[in-house]
Amino acid sequence: MSMLRQGAVTGGLIGLFWAFIIAITVSVTLSFASGLGFRPGSLGCLVLGLGGGLAAVYLRDARMLAGGVILLSVVLMFTPLSPILFGEGVPVFWQVMAALSFGLFMIWPLNIMLVEAHPGAMSRHAFEDAVIRFLTGFGYIVFTAVVLIPFYVMVMTSLKSQQALLRNPLDFSIELSRGWDLFRSYAELFGQFNFGSYLWTSFYVSVLTVLITLLFSVPGAYAVARLRFRGRAAFSRSILLIYMVPMIVLALPIYIAFSMTGLRNTIPGLLMIYPVTTIPVALYMLQGYFRGLPGEVEEAGLMDGLSRLQVIWKITLPLSLPAMVSVSLYVFMIAWNEFLLAFMLLDDPSKFTLTRGVAMLNSSEIPRQHLMAGAVIATLPIMALFLGLERFMTKGLTAGSVKG
Amino acid sequence: MTHPTPPSTRGALERREARLAWSLLLPTIAIVSLVIVLPLLAIFWISFKPVGLADLRPVAPVVRESLRERSGAMVIEYRVRNSSQQKEIVGMGFTDTLHDGVTLGALPEECAVDGGLLRCTFGDVEGGFNERIRIPVTLDGDSDTLEEIVEGSAPSGYGTGDNILTNSEFTLDNFARIFDGDEFWSVLWATTFYTVFGTIGALVVGLFAALLLNKSFRGKGVLRGLYLFPYVSPIIAVAFTWVTLLDPFSGSLNALLIQMGVTDSPINFFGQRPLALIMVTVFEIWRYFPLSFLFILARMQSIDTDMYEAADMDGASPFQKFWYLSLPMLLGILSVLFLLRFIWTFNKFDDIFLLTGGNAGTRTLTVNVYEQAFAISNIGAGAAVAVVIFATLLLFSFFFFKYISQEEGL
Repeated sequence: MSMLRQGAVTGGLIGLFWAFIIAITVSVTLSFASGLGFRPGSLGCLVLGLGGGLAAVYLRDARMLAGGVILLSVVLMFTPLSPILFGEGVPVFWQVMAALSFGLFMIWPLNIMLVEAHPGAMSRHAFEDAVIRFLTGFGYIVFTAVVLIPFYVMVMTSLKSQQALLRNPLDFSIELSRGWDLFRSYAELFGQFNFGSYLWTSFYVSVLTVLITLLFSVPGAYAVARLRFRGRAAFSRSILLIYMVPMIVLALPIYIAFSMTGLRNTIPGLLMIYPVTTIPVALYMLQGYFRGLPGEVEEAGLMDGLSRLQVIWKITLPLSLPAMVSVSLYVFMIAWNEFLLAFMLLDDPSKFTLTRGVAMLNSSEIPRQHLMAGAVIATLPIMALFLGLERFMTKGLTAGSVKG
Repeated sequence: MTHPTPPSTRGALERREARLAWSLLLPTIAIVSLVIVLPLLAIFWISFKPVGLADLRPVAPVVRESLRERSGAMVIEYRVRNSSQQKEIVGMGFTDTLHDGVTLGALPEECAVDGGLLRCTFGDVEGGFNERIRIPVTLDGDSDTLEEIVEGSAPSGYGTGDNILTNSEFTLDNFARIFDGDEFWSVLWATTFYTVFGTIGALVVGLFAALLLNKSFRGKGVLRGLYLFPYVSPIIAVAFTWVTLLDPFSGSLNALLIQMGVTDSPINFFGQRPLALIMVTVFEIWRYFPLSFLFILARMQSIDTDMYEAADMDGASPFQKFWYLSLPMLLGILSVLFLLRFIWTFNKFDDIFLLTGGNAGTRTLTVNVYEQAFAISNIGAGAAVAVVIFATLLLFSFFFFKYISQEEGL
């Protein structure tokens, strides 16, 4: 342990790891951006990482260090010691870009990580700080990449043509010369595959689900939160119990019942089931919020001659508007994203919801970019809602996430 | 002097409050029992029934009517058949309304006219029963319009077939089938692996993400929103994106790996045996880490900073602060999250179904319900798997309530 805490060892190791991480990141990013061949070069990473780490410990002039490393990585680029290796036919411009970004993103954070490092034995505090900074940098890169790459691929694939995809699956650069033709997949989805109608179906099914859910859960939540009655505790617990029943267990009997009564393949049938899957969540979230409201205001209302229902309508609901927004958003999201029931209960393409419509695109006869365009169409509205109302959405997610 | 005592019986006000509470809860209770409790009972019933997908269409008489010319004379022809080839229908027959302008001639022995209503009865008929009834008619008016009128009103058939779902035939075959042999063990293994590692993975990754964002810096809000993307987007979109990204033939990831020299030939991530199960678990972690991240971050931000200042004064190192201060404070939320996520991962169906369809050793219990009921068309066996799931869940929820009720707020 004390060996590790020597400034030179800490600096060298962190520099080494960081150089590899940055080399991989730069290669992956540039590959995805240009479709050309980039890969990390072990020898170059070894030399530059170790050297950079040691230099950061011994040489305290940050500007000189940065300039040196960036210059070195550009120079080394033309030797086998390059930290980034290139496939055939990579233009010099991209090579210089790769070397420059490697040098910059390698030395700049490294300097910050090793700010407390010095030659000789370091204190435990300084050592752990350096390690934590390294892990933090690593974490940011990994999380951002892992979350972003699938969405990047989703959007970019939807803009490609079939031939371009088959030629080079790595090339996600946008051919701006195609102009409006870029959005051909979308045009075909809305034109030939009826996605406009699916979008509308999904929208009104989700909105109606929200309304029905609120209609049922607001009185229920109020009763559980405010009124005293025998079996209240048992009731709150059984709400939670309902969360635990998996949909697939219910889907089978519902499928049978709907097949026999002719409710399968109808939107009203779907609207009978969707709210019930969300009522327990909504009830649970709302009763938590109602409990937090001051009871005195309601009692004052009662004293002034309002009935309980009027109290709910005139006092409790206006006070709990933020919670209602959160719950509505959360329920909307569940209904919009729902796949299993729509998949099992809807067969008639004229009644599909959006998720069911996208599932239909998953066949070998329909090109991939159509599937991805469908995925983008399904994702965009919920993303817009999420980004626009993130505060409420996050609250809803936190309060309701007993449901998965 | 008597001391005032609390009332021993329930007062009128209290009773009225309870009555109001129940009336407010009644709609919810009613609809929930209709859509959740009833199906749950039904699934137990079905699991003991030898019922296949084809049995869902009930056995019923099928009657078609046509008005046509036959060797110079007009006849109404009824084609009557039993929809099933095997099962009998008890008391089968049909009725049809007569129209003005159509006068029936000689009736066959099965049929009788009763006040403007034609009624034909066949009694009990075997499976595969198929018969034509021809009744000569005289028309009074234009034959084309009359044909339209006659064929416009459909005759209604009646008769009761034996319904496998409601009769008293029970069997244990469904359970015998699903517990039989290697398949059950492979399903159980996949479920256990997926649930345990998916839950722990999502929790650990979520904890790491929360640690990253538990400080204030510019762009924190953006990153926090970004890290929630996987959870917020529709499952169908992200699952298909992963399938596209990891495709062995045209997937970008394979192209990348080959180009970087990690592998020589494309890897079939979702198609080969141990890897597919690992990949669906990785997907589960990817999709649900935001949830634990959100919870853990919220809890972290409510921890009192005084404690850390005191620890700083005592010379605690960063790792020591995490290990001895943060982690114990987070233990409560971590255990609640573990229990919840455990149950929810166990219940998960969509993810695996969309990624692999339950192939390549990824068939969990929930996917098995679908597989048995719809792929093999054995509804009974699917229901039996569902019963097994439900029983396991009851066991889980016992633990859940035992431990979770100690946690404030959940």
